[in-house]
Amino acid sequence: MHVSVTVNGTRREADVEPRTLLVYFLRETLGLTGTNVGCDTSTCGACTVHVDGQSVKSCTMLAAQADGREVTTIEGMASDGELHPLQRAFHEHHGLQCGYCTPGMIMASDSLIREAGHPLAEEEVRIGLEGNLCRCTGYQNIVKAVVAASQEMHGAPASA
Amino acid sequence: MAQTAERVVGTEVRRKEDPELITGQARYSDDLAAPGMLWMKLVLSPFAHARITSVDVSPALQVPGVVAAFGGRDLAGEWAGPLPTAWPVTDDLKNPPMYPLATDEVRFQGEGVAVVLAESRAAAEDGAEAVVAEYDPLPVVLDMEEALKDGADLVHADLGTNASYTWTLTNGDVDAVFATAPVVVKERYVVQRQIPAAMEPRALLAEYAPAMGEYTLTTSTQIPHIVRVVLAAFVLGIPESKLRVRAPNVGGGFGSKIRVSPEESLALVLARRTGRPVKWTGDRSSDVLTTHHARDQIQEIELAADEDGRIRGYRTRLIANMGAYLLLVGPGVPLLGAFLFCGPYGGEAYHFECTGVFTNTTPTDAYRGAGRPEATYAIERAIDALARRVGRDPVEIRRMNFLPESDGPIPSPGGLTVDSGHYNGTLDKALELVGYEELRAEQRARRERGDAKQIGIGFSTYIEMCGLAPSRVLGSLKYAAGGWDAARIRVLPTGKVTAFVGVSPHGQGHATTFSQILSDDLGIPVDDIEVVHGDTALAPLGMDTYGSRSLSVGGVAVHRAADRIVEKARKIAAHELEVSEDDLEYVRGRFSVKGAPDRARTIPEVAFSAWTAHNLPEGVEPELDASAVYDPENFVYPYGAHICAVEVDTETGQVDVLRYAAVDDVGTIINPQIVDGQVAGGVIQGIAEALFEEAVYDENGDLLTSSLTNYEVPAASDVPSIRIDKTVTPSTTNELGVKGVGETGTIASPPAVINAVVDALSHLGVTEMARPATPERVWRAIQQAKGGAA
Ligand code: FES
Ligand code: FES
Repeated sequence: MHVSVTVNGTRREADVEPRTLLVYFLRETLGLTGTNVGCDTSTCGACTVHVDGQSVKSCTMLAAQADGREVTTIEGMASDGELHPLQRAFHEHHGLQCGYCTPGMIMASDSLIREAGHPLAEEEVRIGLEGNLCRCTGYQNIVKAVVAASQEMHGAPASA
Repeated sequence: MAQTAERVVGTEVRRKEDPELITGQARYSDDLAAPGMLWMKLVLSPFAHARITSVDVSPALQVPGVVAAFGGRDLAGEWAGPLPTAWPVTDDLKNPPMYPLATDEVRFQGEGVAVVLAESRAAAEDGAEAVVAEYDPLPVVLDMEEALKDGADLVHADLGTNASYTWTLTNGDVDAVFATAPVVVKERYVVQRQIPAAMEPRALLAEYAPAMGEYTLTTSTQIPHIVRVVLAAFVLGIPESKLRVRAPNVGGGFGSKIRVSPEESLALVLARRTGRPVKWTGDRSSDVLTTHHARDQIQEIELAADEDGRIRGYRTRLIANMGAYLLLVGPGVPLLGAFLFCGPYGGEAYHFECTGVFTNTTPTDAYRGAGRPEATYAIERAIDALARRVGRDPVEIRRMNFLPESDGPIPSPGGLTVDSGHYNGTLDKALELVGYEELRAEQRARRERGDAKQIGIGFSTYIEMCGLAPSRVLGSLKYAAGGWDAARIRVLPTGKVTAFVGVSPHGQGHATTFSQILSDDLGIPVDDIEVVHGDTALAPLGMDTYGSRSLSVGGVAVHRAADRIVEKARKIAAHELEVSEDDLEYVRGRFSVKGAPDRARTIPEVAFSAWTAHNLPEGVEPELDASAVYDPENFVYPYGAHICAVEVDTETGQVDVLRYAAVDDVGTIINPQIVDGQVAGGVIQGIAEALFEEAVYDENGDLLTSSLTNYEVPAASDVPSIRIDKTVTPSTTNELGVKGVGETGTIASPPAVINAVVDALSHLGVTEMARPATPERVWRAIQQAKGGAA
């Protein structure tokens, strides 16, 4: 079947098998391999992207369901060569080791921060990222990074 | 022109690895594709133990898009030999062959019986579904102790036993010590089976160039060099020079990617047979069955002590679950802990023995810490049991038993020569960091009030041996390879540096750490240094990454190669400045004439001269390039004190970690941020091992914890932030003074957590706690101690 999806601001069209998951449409049809796959039970969150601005595990959605909608992946987070505040914060606070969970963490954190509308406390970040697993970092520096980015994104002082 | 970079060793340089990882530009194995590639899918046995009565692949060949399909017998002629173990720990070890696909019998759920190749992922899946394999179930062996009894059902009938080997080690007169010691405590612990669960499932791409007879394997591995030699020489029977193995970005390993796998073997053979590239990606549900599991020991430990609690002897008996076959280093994993059942404590006699046993379960092998977490668990639990017996405080009993504090080597009861250590130093700092007095006061108050939620404090003063390993020692332990590593440093004509290393990272930040070492050695800015690894066609022969060896072995090779660069550069600089080499002073990348500091040459200047080669001193070859191979004389011995405070709800059995303090001494620190990252990750993994994670089989040998929904890898909301600090006692094993930090967290933390749970309930009479300490287990332990029905 034919799908047409706006991905990172560009309209992309392709014929896909009806059972194609959004994550494989992104990775294999469009070659956007930044979005990772860590499980087949929608548990790990490695595949998290934004669909119409909301974070979605792209392994739980068919490409067909994204037809006519806007998808943002990790490849679309930096704009005009400027890293997104979350990308900078993950780098600054060592919020990644192998990096496999990182695209999903960044996408999930971005909608978490935007939806909260205020700088996040550690506990809010931990609960908000419940659906994203990381095996390397023990989450400590991920949480630090997300708290710091939330302060920057909501204009709070960069301390604390 | 005289430029030297600031000293960067010891500073928090931000990782060079990150830019591609945070933007989605990094390439992991599954991100790769090749023109014309086929998708490979394995058909796995649903039975834990069964005779294969037939495998019919013809229905798969009817599925549109399926190109080829094979049963185990169809490919039996392809193998030069079975997938080998590199660590036959005893001469009489039983080592039944495991082939990439089973032919007659399957011995664990998930063993491959057939393979399908197709034009697409979906067609490969449909094809695998269509294969008809029929089985005759056989009796299933699961319980290790049952497996060792006479008349037990057998995993491998032709062996006549389920025991693979028994390995022993004795120092001192153990029997005499135990016969005369006034106090003997004897404990039994079960270290439950773990699933490593790196976030990236294993994946690969195999290519074959028929005209050249060349194979290229890109695979999610920790050990590209070892994969190359083992696959070429033992499994495929092809010239090693015709196989290139690449590890691209690897999404975590923790030991689980120390593997020479059936899938790698099959993909290479099938790429040759079909003339097309073959791609395979393990989905999580097959990954949990086919990637090795870990731990799974039954431990009996005895301590012989004086009445005041001073330990005189150690005696340990282990049964270690090998699963259905011996994997690459599986039989050797318990040996990595064999010398550490005395922790950092003294004594005069030591005995260790371990029996490796086969069961109808996924084979086991290394997982973060490999053998050392198990050893640490036993001794750190047992020393608490001794403290209870002799009526001492857990802090006191540890202090009185610590090995002598020393900046230099000290022998241990286990027979090791510990490089250096100040054990009270880490313990003092950890007590302060965790707020010990305050926690004890709170504990007393809650006990007095009879609160439902009680507090417990648990200790783990651990030591490990890592930096694997002196080749001579590995040889004496019958490991089939060496433990050295290699580096080659090339200073390019423009003064930029490329370092080629034999270790192969998967998240540890080697490129950053090694760049820091080189930056100080050569005075070149970190950003001007590239580190190349994980490709057998580019890197020097190396021994890859595991056992916290990359810095303490690979990093030392980097440093030594840099020394050789400086040595050569000194000759050229002296020649150009027309002075003798002795008249030159070298400080971070700059040679200057003693007494005339303005007369100088920098490493980049010399590199350019070495490249033009217009005016080199007699006998000096062009190019500024040097190599080093480093084989350590000894292990390195990180140690530390971890203290865990838990809150236990005595009504529900729920355990929450309130505070956790990790004070480690990992020797000299190159990058504190990376070190702390390793500590945090490891500690949380160990807390999860203590509280959540357990691979569970039902009585048929079906893996119940078969996905990330029921095998409980913790999320951020399940775990605490921890407090981290350090002391620094340089290692005497290597000139960098580094000890390694990759495994400290998982080695130290499980006993700290379980000791804390026991401590929280000790006033109720609880002394034993099985792991993981799930609410149900904790609740039952409380009921049992109260004398209720549980
Ligand atoms: S891959 Fe989508 S949740 Fe794991
Ligand atoms: S950084 Fe490796 S899984 Fe999160």
